[in-house]
Amino acid sequence: MREIDVTTIIKEVSRLCIQANYFLNIDIKQAMEKGVECENSHIGKEILDKLLINANLAADKKVAICQDTGMAVVFVTIGQEVHITGGGLSEAINEGVRRGYKEGFLRKSVVSDPIERVNTGDNTPAVIHYDIVEGDTLKIELAPKGFGSENMSALKMLKPSDGIEGVKKFILETVDKAGPNPCPPIVVGVGIGGTMEKASIMAKQALLRPINVRSSIEYVRNLENEMLDKINQLGIGPAGLGGNTTALAVNVETYPTHIAGLPVAINISCHVTRHAEVTL
Amino acid sequence: MHHILKAPFDRDKARILKAGDTVSLSGTIYTARDAAHKQMLELLKENKELPFDIKNQTIYYVGPCPCREGEIIGSAGPTTSYRMDAYAPTLIKLGETGMIGKGLRDQNVINAMKEYGAVYLGAIGGAGALMAECIKSQEIIAFPELGAEAVRRLEVKDFPLIVIIDSYGNNLYESGRKQFMKINL
Repeated sequence: MREIDVTTIIKEVSRLCIQANYFLNIDIKQAMEKGVECENSHIGKEILDKLLINANLAADKKVAICQDTGMAVVFVTIGQEVHITGGGLSEAINEGVRRGYKEGFLRKSVVSDPIERVNTGDNTPAVIHYDIVEGDTLKIELAPKGFGSENMSALKMLKPSDGIEGVKKFILETVDKAGPNPCPPIVVGVGIGGTMEKASIMAKQALLRPINVRSSIEYVRNLENEMLDKINQLGIGPAGLGGNTTALAVNVETYPTHIAGLPVAINISCHVTRHAEVTL
Repeated sequence: MHHILKAPFDRDKARILKAGDTVSLSGTIYTARDAAHKQMLELLKENKELPFDIKNQTIYYVGPCPCREGEIIGSAGPTTSYRMDAYAPTLIKLGETGMIGKGLRDQNVINAMKEYGAVYLGAIGGAGALMAECIKSQEIIAFPELGAEAVRRLEVKDFPLIVIIDSYGNNLYESGRKQFMKINL
């Protein structure tokens, strides 16, 4: 049994909160640079340029790329040979979020109740997903999610007869309806299969995959490429002011499902698509 | 066309701005987002005064990040505006002439803008670090308990904005997109 103390987890989660919010990931940066070259709209090009300047400024000044520093979504993959010492794992993650958001001067955007809406003041609780696997390592992926884009996400329980064409239609309709709201250029995470909640979790997990890595399943890869192409023909463009750079990538994850169902979830993410990870 | 604009500005100034124009805004503006708007409308319902005189004022829909000592403000880009749609027509009717945000607005807001003379200005979503550079001072003037959502008075200099929807109802999101749309759902 390998022991990992909560103090290590607190420290690492705190660091990940700051890292994910200050620094634009390299895959995104490269896609944006390519976008500047390929964008046909003059104003769209200018906006992509400004977003890159903004990212450099944030990294230099050590401030958040965007003021919506998100709700902390955490994917934990824990080996069954790991023993956490010194306290509870969930509490350690929340303590890490608490410290990271305070020390990093990140915005506290979480309210304690969806109806009564009193700010918790420390951006906790995080939304935590656990997966138990073999082995003795602990992987923590942290994805702070802003709600300008989260609010544009959607879930639909399609019929098996809707098939792949139904999936395509739903993806395009969702992006079309989102328009300028989620701060394009966007990254589109799609989860197909499983159950209602499994599809939604996959859609968010899909956003963790680097945007220059395509699915290993051929039909899924084709779907990703076709959807990116079609989304960029919707004309929404950078900041929604028109152009051909609406999405930087479409990442799709799939899972077995029930004979009677075809759940599809779409999680839209803004140009920052923050995520950072550590393996202990 | 590019405009050098000073805030506050009246409805005649708002009427000059056309969708697609760019604006460098300097002067005094106020921040408010979801919770602050809700509270302001409640004050009006109770016949109480707003935290500031809304006439000719511009509201920036933003909840900034906190900042380190010695700095003025943390990242401060626009939040998605449609969440303020339920409240905006009332404020426009009372004299609000400018709204700064990003994203779509509903027809009730656009109708009020046309009727009373107000303009919807877009800041670049996700460029919060860049926009904070144009904010020269900030002061919380109401609802401090709301934290990031408190109402602040900001002094801005050369704040870079784009006229998204003008006081005649022209919408850059629609006209801009039309030029590049190759498929129609």
